[in-house]
This record gives sequence, C-alpha cells and structure tokens, in this order.
Amino acid sequence: LSPSPNEGRLSENVVARARALLELYPHPRSALIPICHLAQEQDGWLTPEAVEEIAALVGIEAAEVLGTVSFYEMLHTSPVGRYVVAVCTNIACLLRGAYELLDHAQRRLGVHAGATTADGAFTLEESECIADCGRAPCLHVNYRFFGDVTADDFDRLIEDLRAGRMDDEVPPHGTLTRVQRPFGLRVDPQTVRAEREAMAVAISSRASGAR
Amino acid sequence: MAITQAPRIVTSRLGFEDSHTLARYLSTGGYDGLRKALSMTPEAVASEVDAVSLLGRGGAGFPAGRKWSMLRKAATTYLVVNGDESEPATFKDHLLIERDPHQLIEGVVIAAYAIQASLVFVYIRGEFALGLERVQSALNDAYESGAVGPDIFGSGFSVDIVVHPGAGAYICGEETALLESLEGKRGFPRIKPPYFPAAIGLYGEPTVVNNVETLSNLPWVMVNGSAAYRALGAGRSTGTRLFALAGHVRNPGVYEVEMVKTTFRDLIFAPVLGGGIPGGRALKAIIPGGVSAPWFGPEHLDLPLGQDEVGDAGSMLGSGSVVVMDDTTCSVRAAWRVTRFFWRESCGQCTPCREGSGWLEKTLWRIETGAGRESDVDLLMDVCDNLSPGLNWPPQQTTICVLGPSIPSSVASAVRMFRDEFLVHVKDGACPHG
Repeated sequence: LSPSPNEGRLSENVVARARALLELYPHPRSALIPICHLAQEQDGWLTPEAVEEIAALVGIEAAEVLGTVSFYEMLHTSPVGRYVVAVCTNIACLLRGAYELLDHAQRRLGVHAGATTADGAFTLEESECIADCGRAPCLHVNYRFFGDVTADDFDRLIEDLRAGRMDDEVPPHGTLTRVQRPFGLRVDPQTVRAEREAMAVAISSRASGAR
Repeated sequence: MAITQAPRIVTSRLGFEDSHTLARYLSTGGYDGLRKALSMTPEAVASEVDAVSLLGRGGAGFPAGRKWSMLRKAATTYLVVNGDESEPATFKDHLLIERDPHQLIEGVVIAAYAIQASLVFVYIRGEFALGLERVQSALNDAYESGAVGPDIFGSGFSVDIVVHPGAGAYICGEETALLESLEGKRGFPRIKPPYFPAAIGLYGEPTVVNNVETLSNLPWVMVNGSAAYRALGAGRSTGTRLFALAGHVRNPGVYEVEMVKTTFRDLIFAPVLGGGIPGGRALKAIIPGGVSAPWFGPEHLDLPLGQDEVGDAGSMLGSGSVVVMDDTTCSVRAAWRVTRFFWRESCGQCTPCREGSGWLEKTLWRIETGAGRESDVDLLMDVCDNLSPGLNWPPQQTTICVLGPSIPSSVASAVRMFRDEFLVHVKDGACPHG
C-alpha cells in the first residue's frame, strides 16, 4: 500500500472542504461522518493522524470520533485496497447465484472475503443488500454498482480495473460524490423569523377577512 | 389478469434517459406542484396531504399528514428525509434518488413549507454514490433556479436543504437511529417514549422524518389534488405504490401499481410486470414487505396489495419489496441468510436482539450444514419467542426498536411452513438442496 502523500495528515484542500461542511450544520458534530468520508477520499481509510485532526476540527475527542467510526461499515480504521469489491449475498442475490459468484471472486483474487490482495489493489467483502436487486447478483466496486454479474463479467471487471481502464467510472476507494456543494447555507435565520411572522399575520388577516 | 391503468405518479419520467436533469424536469411539469403549494397556506397544504391518506412508504406505513400534525409547536422545526434504504431486497428509493432527484427535492420543499421548516437534511445511504451525486447536482440546480433557498419563487418562503451521506448501517433507516447518526453518533435507536421525533427529534427539536417515496408523491398530489389521488386504491391504501420485485421472477425490477387493485399474483405473474417464475418451476414462498415481514405461501397470491389487507393476513407491505422463492429454494438457507443479516446489523443495545440474532444464526447454520439436532427446531422457536413473546403479528416488542421483533419473522415462517424440510436436514446430516 502506497504511503499517504501527507503521511496521514489531511491536505489543505480537505481541511478547507471540512470547514465548509461544518458551516452547514447547527451543531459541528453532525459534520463528523461527512468529514470522515472526505478523509477517506484522500487516503482510502482513516489514518490515526486524520482521526486526531478530525477530532480537533469537530471539537470532540479522538476517542469519540472512533466511537462513531467503529459503528459504520463504510468507515475504515485500517488500510483497504485501492478497490473495495463488495459482493452482495443477501436474500435476493442468494436466490440468483451470489454465493457461487463470491466463491469465484475469492478464487480469482486469491483472498477470502474480508481480506486484501498482497499487492494492495483489491479488498474483497461479502456485502449486505446494496439495493440493486433488480440486477442480482450484483456487486459494487468503491460504491459503483455492477449488476447481473457472471463469473466472466467478474474476471473482465478485475482486469479492466487493474489495467486502469475504469478510472473514470470507478474512482479510488473513499471518493463518494464528485459533485460538490459550491455554497453554504443561503437562508438567514433572521429572514426566516421575519417570514414566519409575516406569514402568521397574513393568515390571521385572511381568516378575519373571511369572517 | 387485468392490471389497472393507474397514472404513474412517481415514475412518470423514468422512461427518459435524462430524467435526473433540471431541463427534463421543467419540461415535464416540474416544480408546478411547489408553485401551487406556495400559493396556498401551509395549513391548507398539510390538510390536502392529510386528506389523501398518504401512508408512509418507508416501512411503518404511518400516514404522512398525521405525522406532520403531531409536531410539537416550537420556534425551530426540522424536516429530515429518510433515504437510507437498506431493507434487504428493497430498491425503489434507490431508483427515485438516482433517476428523479428533482421530484424528491420538490416534495421536500412542499413538505418543508407545510410544516414551516427552514432547514432540511436529506440523509442518503452512503453506498448510493451515484445517488449522492445526482441529488447534490439537482440541488445545486434547484438553488440556482430559485426552487430552493431564499424567497422561493418570490413567495416569501425560504428553506435550505443539506444532503447528508450515511456510512453503512442498516439500523440508521430507523428514524431515531437516523437522527443519532445525523448528530454524528453511533446509530443507536432512541427509546420511544419520550423520543418521538415529532416531540424530541434532531438536536432535541420537533422533527418530521419522511421517506423518499412518500415525499416524491407530493408534487403530483399538489398538481392533481387529493380527490384524484384518493380515487386510486381503496380504504386507507390510496394512490399507487412502488414494489421492488426480486428473486425467482423473469423480470425483477421496480413497478408502480395501484394499491389494493393489484394482487401479489398480478405483480409476480403479469407479463408486463414480473412475468412469472422462470423454468416452469412452482412458487414456494414469497417474502412481502422486506425481510422483516413474515412469509406468505402460494395460498396468499390473490391477496390485494393494500396495507390493511396484508396486515390482516399476518404480514406487512413494509418497505414495498417482494421476494419470490421457487420450489428449488432451501428454506433453511433463506432463513439463515436473513438472520445472518440481522445478526450483523443489530446495534447491540438490547440483549434479546443482540444475543437472540446470534443464537438463531448459529443454530440455523448448523442445521443447514448438517450438524443440527432434532431439538434445534424447537430451540429456534423458543429463541424467537424470547425475542417476541407469543410470535403474533404485529409482533410484541422486547427491545428499543423494531429490529429485534423483526428477526423471528423469517425463522418462524420457515419453521411453520417447512418444518419437514428442517427435519430432513437433521436426519440426512446435509442440505437436500446441495
């Protein structure tokens, strides 16, 4: 696994985006999970250094960050492969050959579900339902979904990923959304108070007018 | 079989490749419902929604209008959108989020206006990367076109909307767990009472949590009126509903059908819908309403897809998912996989759920792999009874949230319907399905 370019520290860009996220919530702790996703966008996982920095940004202890993080499947406190390949085996996929696909995936990648290939390229996971059951059996790679997957499809997908032919479609692990919010909150609380009062007046005058 | 020609209320744009764009949305009546709503008083909008009996589409089926009316009066009120669709085999909100994000946003603003919220959080399941991109992109466009933000369409109503990603936890679909998660904490459900969101919700303020599909109905309701909506369906189950059909059918997918006027048989077998079971095989069982629901057998096929109709028959429409299992399915394996899911996803707060799910999973696995004992079948039912005493429907609750009492649904259904199959596993020391 390649060392993080910032040795685990959050880049200026990530810190700036994290500060913008903090502005969107009445209480800073609400930005914790979105900021964790940002940190994973940088490193693929949450380095101990990143956890410390996130704690400082949000204004809580590192232990509290880890307390939240450890609850969630998508947040990692140890390195994962560049591509996290998650094969769904829940009921809808099970009925359409998911375990056969998972067996194939384990053989093809040479690792059991839960493990990372020696070259750090792939982490294989057995996933719960990812809500793509109309195309079962399905899987996702870094949360990009692939449906009606056969063993051959799987092999092709792995080759394409390895060869870098899918870099546009499948960004490295941690990148959730590539569409940013280019602005903060736009509604001023004072305006809202004035609006609500005006609304109340309008309603009561309409009511008295009707009488 | 006749499928009713009900209008498409929430899927009308899905035939268009660019259904997620503002241009397509505006050219197909987009934001007309919001303009109409803003010309009415908030109370009038709320009573219009109350009048249509819009049953919540997330799983619990609680009427949206009533939910709004229960809000504690306070200076700050929040609206939170539940887009954390994670109930296994449920994939209809996923579709609406990716394919018609403006419809959702329009529904959100209508609801925010009705309850006079000025800040809305749209909580979207973290795994929905494309969905997050589509909704953020649509939201950016909606702000630019004046449909969201300050003084919407010059009405004097302002609202901010924030898209919030989850991070992978089934339980966060439970509304109080979702609020905890939105506050940056572990997704532990809150005990009700006192933590009903309408009374003590996000940051302790009164909060409405509405499902994606529920809100996506609102633009149509505003444009066409409550009478047109009520004309569809029957009883309390008005309008149309999305059904996510999965498993052993020719055409798995999401179908919008009229409530009550359509049956499970229609959904599964009609050529324009599920298309029947492939390979000439017979139906063994269906799981209606998500894996929290008790199973049905072929004798229930003619049951109408209505909330009370299905409830009275001992199960639920729940999350709007229908899983079809043909006669090659091993009921032990199916029940084991569903139970393994609950075991993995139990938040761990309550002993019956945390421990019971593990006991059931281990016992089912040993039966499935041929190491089971005859007494295991009764053991399963005993553990189920500890999770939900009496094993009735609706289930009795021994835990903070409904995840616990949902666990016995599959296990008890499989044992009651296919007890012989469990015993064959034990007797042969192997799964007969290989």
